[in-house]
Amino acid sequence: MLKAGEWAYSDTLKEHFMNPKNILQGEDTDAFDGVGMEGNLQCGDQMMVVIKVDGEKGVITDCQWKTYGCASAIASTSILSEMVKGKTLDQAFNVSPKDVAKELGGLPDNKIHCSVLGDKALRAAINNYYTRNGMTDKVKQEQAKIVCQCMNVTDHDIEEAILEGARTYLELQERTKLGTVCGQCKEESESLLEKFKHIHFGV
Amino acid sequence: MAEMKVYFDNNATTPLHPEVKTEMIAAMEMFGNPSSMHAYGREARANVEDSRRKVAEFIGANEQEIVFVGSGSEANNTVLSLFICSTSQCIPGTRMRGTIITTKIEHPCVLETSECLAHRGVRVKYLDVDRYGKIDLDQLAGMLGDDVGLVSIMMANNEIGTIQDIEAISALVHQSGALMHTDAVQAVGKLPVDVRKLGVDFLTISGHKIYGPKGVGALFIRQGTPYCPFIRGGHQEKGRRAGTENTLGILGLGKAVEMRAQEMQGEHARLLDLKRALSRGIEERIDDISFNGHPTDSLAGTLNVSFAGVEGEAVLLYLDLEGIAVSTGSACASGSLDPSHVLLATGVNAEHAHGSIRFSLGRESTMEQVEYVLDVLPRTIQRIRNMSTAYIKGGVHA
Repeated sequence: MLKAGEWAYSDTLKEHFMNPKNILQGEDTDAFDGVGMEGNLQCGDQMMVVIKVDGEKGVITDCQWKTYGCASAIASTSILSEMVKGKTLDQAFNVSPKDVAKELGGLPDNKIHCSVLGDKALRAAINNYYTRNGMTDKVKQEQAKIVCQCMNVTDHDIEEAILEGARTYLELQERTKLGTVCGQCKEESESLLEKFKHIHFGV
Repeated sequence: MAEMKVYFDNNATTPLHPEVKTEMIAAMEMFGNPSSMHAYGREARANVEDSRRKVAEFIGANEQEIVFVGSGSEANNTVLSLFICSTSQCIPGTRMRGTIITTKIEHPCVLETSECLAHRGVRVKYLDVDRYGKIDLDQLAGMLGDDVGLVSIMMANNEIGTIQDIEAISALVHQSGALMHTDAVQAVGKLPVDVRKLGVDFLTISGHKIYGPKGVGALFIRQGTPYCPFIRGGHQEKGRRAGTENTLGILGLGKAVEMRAQEMQGEHARLLDLKRALSRGIEERIDDISFNGHPTDSLAGTLNVSFAGVEGEAVLLYLDLEGIAVSTGSACASGSLDPSHVLLATGVNAEHAHGSIRFSLGRESTMEQVEYVLDVLPRTIQRIRNMSTAYIKGGVHA
């Protein structure tokens, strides 16, 4: 007979959940150079990331956070805050949910959506830093990423289709024609579908 | 306080009663098929029928009215699925009426079966519940009519513990000529259940919620009630449920109800005391909380609490690290993106549903365990709130 089963999470994730790093203490964010927040309580996830920046070098010197969410949400913001310290603003801006999940030693499929808010909040904080410092030309909009190579459909197209009413993979295909050729993007499209449905409609 | 092991998740499942365990271990050698006529078969048959007597007696039924099944879910699927046979060949002369009424707070095995039946042409109507989880008899009366064949309403809710007045509901349902089913999985063994007094036509029981084994349940079918088997192809259970009987499980279920009959009465007041101590302690020691479910018409051992600004899975796992086992209605713990359908039906907002924790106490729960939980819980909630966006300046709960 097997004894107490493993957690659904990796040891690294468990460690970051048990001992989260860089939690913002107190309520004040005045001492920070950039503040970003994403998500909402009704959806079950909300993350705030605050950064201190060495303006001359363009390097993040400190990163702290607050997270309302489950164990993987807490752990992913914790590890993200460790990952970006010492990185340049450009490097940090390009950290993806995949990078976070990899650093955590992997995430269960149904928990991927819990880790996509941290990097978004970080990008919002970086953009906030640029705005505050009059560097509006540097403020970057979220860059579109091609998901379906065959039909040239981006994640922005997917998000738009969902906002316009697509709720299932089939409806997404009807609107965007994604995955109608080689079909290799099905998995990624479906996870984006779930993510955007969650973000926009809380379902 | 030193770490303790606290199992406050008895509505999910229960440990075997020690006497059930002893009886089952002693019966491990019994392998005969109850359908066989030889000594091996007769031994198994005798034990299956002995259990049937015990279960029938426990709920005030006749032995012939008890069918053993594989789980509470199977029993519920069986009852609802009668309605696929709308012009029944199996029950000559019976024409099932095509509409089912149920509630928004049923177990998924009822809700998802209902959805499936809706795809197959059965009409399903869902009763609302009030903020305490109670249905409205007037709404039910308004829905009943010549087209309604079955009403299925759970006796006690697994998440919030709210108890419905099944007796009054049955009377109303029968006036309209429909059949009445109650999923009594959480009620049997905790509340007095008498099928005649309740007036139900079908009633569902599960073994593992009452300190019996998993993989066994029982369905009460009032004599003379139209019925169609869910699992076909055998004469077992008088043709009402095919498949060789789970003899050991059935024996365990029989012993479990026997022990419930002895213990449940004295247990009720004790559990109520424990729950009161737990709820009072939570109220005194933690801010921004709200209790879910009915203040009085509720299972003695079930307490459902929402903690603002925290997410339930995080609470569950931090408590698990300290030896405390509970459940949550949060979406993250369920694997879906939706929080508890029961809490949402009572009008609890999504945030409070995500932050809900269910404590379900049982026969092994003690005041010492309640005190340990009251020691660990406030600092756990405080710890999570300290990292929550809900409590920052300008946050929802700041």
